[in-house]
Amino acid sequence: MLKKLRENKALQGTFLALPTTLWLFVLLIIPLFLTLIISFGKRSPDGGVIYTFTLDNYIRLFGYETNCANGQSACFDPLYVQILWRSLTLAFNTTVIVISMAYPLAYFIARAHPQKRNTYLFMVLIPLWTNFVIRVYAWMMLLRKEGAINIILGTVANWLGIDFVPLEMLYTPGAVLVGMVYEFLPFMILPIYTSLEKIDNSLYEAAADLGANPIRAFLRVTLPLSMPGVVAGTILVFIPVMGTFIVSDILGGRQVILIGNLIQRQFLDARDATFGSAASLILMVMTLIVTYFYTRKFGFGEEIVAA
Amino acid sequence: MNPFKRSPFVIIATTLVYIFLYAPIVGLILYSFNASRANVTFQGFITQTSDRVVMDGSLVVASPCGAFHWYCDLAKNRDVLEAAGNTLSIAFTATIISTIIGTMSAIALQRYDFKLKPFSQLALYIPIVIPEIVMGIGVLTLFSQFFGWLNNALALSGDARLSLGIFTVTVSHIAFMVPFVTLVVQARLQGFDKSYEEAAMDLGADEWTTFRRVTLPMLLPGVLSGALLAFTLSLDDFVITFFTNGPGSTTLPIYVYGLLRRIITPQVNALSTVWILIVFFAVMAIQILQSRDAKPRHA
Repeated sequence: MLKKLRENKALQGTFLALPTTLWLFVLLIIPLFLTLIISFGKRSPDGGVIYTFTLDNYIRLFGYETNCANGQSACFDPLYVQILWRSLTLAFNTTVIVISMAYPLAYFIARAHPQKRNTYLFMVLIPLWTNFVIRVYAWMMLLRKEGAINIILGTVANWLGIDFVPLEMLYTPGAVLVGMVYEFLPFMILPIYTSLEKIDNSLYEAAADLGANPIRAFLRVTLPLSMPGVVAGTILVFIPVMGTFIVSDILGGRQVILIGNLIQRQFLDARDATFGSAASLILMVMTLIVTYFYTRKFGFGEEIVAA
Repeated sequence: MNPFKRSPFVIIATTLVYIFLYAPIVGLILYSFNASRANVTFQGFITQTSDRVVMDGSLVVASPCGAFHWYCDLAKNRDVLEAAGNTLSIAFTATIISTIIGTMSAIALQRYDFKLKPFSQLALYIPIVIPEIVMGIGVLTLFSQFFGWLNNALALSGDARLSLGIFTVTVSHIAFMVPFVTLVVQARLQGFDKSYEEAAMDLGADEWTTFRRVTLPMLLPGVLSGALLAFTLSLDDFVITFFTNGPGSTTLPIYVYGLLRRIITPQVNALSTVWILIVFFAVMAIQILQSRDAKPRHA
């Protein structure tokens, strides 16, 4: 056996890769199949799962309730479709805002003096590695009615002689958007920086020599060459925003329910694992579709590993 | 000359984004010195020291630790200490296992050809392309179904019943950490000069000696940065832990989340500040290590 292992390269490779592959198979692939099977099941009265084959969970998710108030056999309830749509638009808006904030910063760092670059990058890494929950909490404090933002606005208004009523910012869709942007901004800065840093300075000189004005040079040289970073960053932002439930939970209260909150509640409060599984699979399919078309259009850079 | 280099637009935008990144953190730290226990508005610092805590309503007037009252309070909190212990022990165990098996699979994927290879490589990308919550509820379902079945089959009862805890958290952490270790080590292997290993073989070293004396030392920086990345991911994880933890396996992120839904005292801010400081020094250490590694070495 040992002799065979020493001579057979293929066997060695399999042996080396086996622990990881097995681990991922048991804890990622089997759970995904379980989720799929359960999503076709039915909730038992005690909150367990009855294994059967029904599409009820998916039908319910897309708006058709089977038990209606007024005795009809089926009725349309847009609640879950609205949640799906809200999650999708929030992820889209977050990504767009994050790109527009991350790009100038990444550009600044990439064009800064090489000795200062590490310091600027370090300043991005600190918020990135500060725990996710702590960062949401920080915004909760800022956005509260008695929080710092209202105090500052109140002082400014007082100074200008305007009457000021503290704004209700916490537990609004806007608060959730700000929280998401804050949480995921560093994930966009790093890949864009990586792709910008690779651009050779002589390309800018060439563009200028050939008579391109700064804006034209940016649009025709810098932007296209940094697209792999933007694509990688978009994947790193869009996918997690779609599934995150803490930000909306803490900054949105009961006002802003996203698909992540829906799934979490099905598993922990409502105890309907079958419906939660169906929602989870729809979430996965939605992110996979978006990622697939997006990467096919723009390509997939190595920048994703850089972050 | 790069025309955008000194563009005022870029400089203003950069400054604003940095302010956006740091304002919440600065606020968080400031409030950890708040005299008000309710922690809604900032009521000034705790200025006096005395041998016992003096309260005036919800206001702390004096404390043995003075301005650092909430930090002393934190150090006495058994729940925090237990959660910190759990967080660290999970991260250590999971990092050791995922670094070993992740490095093994990186070598396999980069150096060997075998039937399982396309599948092994593909599986690594799953945690990157699916939302964490999907994975979280997946492992929760796996454990609850499997444990339920096993508990019934073996007729276990009471304390003997299998349930969620440190074990399930650790095992699930490894599942999302391994791909990162493998991808980092694989990237390192890609830029490898094979001639060193060939030289060792030519000089009569067998495969194992070559691996031990040449490959491994060259690979070590990659393995270490993979391990560090895995360790921080584990310390930081909320979602997977949220779905796989049970009684007695609360980690710090889960503990803080629990507090946010109840009464918040400046103690949470003190905990956050300590945490941010640890992150600060850890990131600095990693940066110093990396810049040292990047410099050319003359052996």
